[in-house]
Amino acid sequence: MKSVIRAAAVLTLSAVVPFAAHAHKAWLLPSSTVLSGKDDIAVTVDAAASNDLFYFDHRPLRLESLVVTGPDGAKVEAENKSTGKFRSSFDLPLKAPGTYRVSLVMDGAFARYKEDGQEKRWRGRAENIAKEIPASATDLVVTQNVRRIETFVTSGSPDDAALKPTGVGLELEPVTHPNDLVEKSEAEFKLVLDGKPAPGVKVEIVRGGIRYRNQLGETTVTTDDNGVFKYTWPEAGMYWIEANVSDDKTTIKDAKERRAGYSATFEVLPE
Amino acid sequence: MRILLSVGLSGLMAAPSLAADMEISIEIPKLDVAEYHKPYVAVWLEGPDKKVAANLAVWYDVANPKQEGDKWLKDLRQWWRRAGRELKVPADGLTSATRAPGSHTIKFDNASSALKDLASGQYELIVEAAREVGGREVLRIPLQWPPKDGTSLNAKGEHELGTVAVNVKP
Repeated sequence: MKSVIRAAAVLTLSAVVPFAAHAHKAWLLPSSTVLSGKDDIAVTVDAAASNDLFYFDHRPLRLESLVVTGPDGAKVEAENKSTGKFRSSFDLPLKAPGTYRVSLVMDGAFARYKEDGQEKRWRGRAENIAKEIPASATDLVVTQNVRRIETFVTSGSPDDAALKPTGVGLELEPVTHPNDLVEKSEAEFKLVLDGKPAPGVKVEIVRGGIRYRNQLGETTVTTDDNGVFKYTWPEAGMYWIEANVSDDKTTIKDAKERRAGYSATFEVLPE
Repeated sequence: MRILLSVGLSGLMAAPSLAADMEISIEIPKLDVAEYHKPYVAVWLEGPDKKVAANLAVWYDVANPKQEGDKWLKDLRQWWRRAGRELKVPADGLTSATRAPGSHTIKFDNASSALKDLASGQYELIVEAAREVGGREVLRIPLQWPPKDGTSLNAKGEHELGTVAVNVKP
């Protein structure tokens, strides 16, 4: 009886497991998040991965997976996309007032295998697994990797048509609007996995400007039973949050494990 | 019984029925800086619920030749968050041009469109100033509206605002 209970507990645990991603921090950095005016309103957004937030000194993020959702829920085209040595960059015209959700949505895979006794690593798109990993490979372990990197900008009054979760992977469902964040006030967000509340997930929160201070000063909060987490911004600035989970809900035939990550950049303004 | 009823009714009469005046003077300080632009200024009344009870004035670059004066309205951060982003500008009786250094007076009474529907109660008069390539400052003056007696209240800014004074009288 005891062993049955233990097995059940292990199963529940393995359903969604938080894990730490040991990688560089990936981020989108908008030139502004709160805008006024009627004509020619736009932002420029940088996309990079680095250790220090928000300095582009390591590598650019590719823009193939860029998805921008406008205030009416429809897709918006970015302009002047470019990728340089350290960062990618693009312009986003805000033709209609309201809130825009800027996302890099990645759905890929990584694999470990042995070939002629040699340990090999592979990373790429799921449809290329058969093509790029030799048929002679042994000990093949494929992991699906679903990631979403986001930021938000609002022209005029904030709204939420663009903020509806797509229902795929780990996403943020704002309770407090992401462009309505003020220092020393509490913000509330919900994490959802495939559209359903994600409880017990650790969320790392770091303020930008790391290069000019000695301590990282990161905070970790955990989502409650409803997937909700709350945080009071200690001061104004650009903040980065990240959460990671892993489960077995993979959509890739060869993969047993799925990792789902979410990170976002928020601007917190002075009172 | 009749007395009780009339007391009950007057309790429901939220809008002030008696005459009342509000005169606000706002000092824009003269600053010795290399690049000076007249500040954007927003003046409003806030209720105890921290919501905007009345928008009184917004001074901004209404006549900007490229019509982009509204691009910096967001720099009046508090006003923008609480009221500005929901409003259409320019707005008659609310928006006007920025003012030069000196003292500027604006007057309202309980017949003014901004105040005529204002319920009796405790408010805070808020004056926020934001200057291009400069700073931002917010001053708050608590006041009762409509006033029971003639009162003069003031607050003194340190950076972007000089003395802000409000005179209210029944």
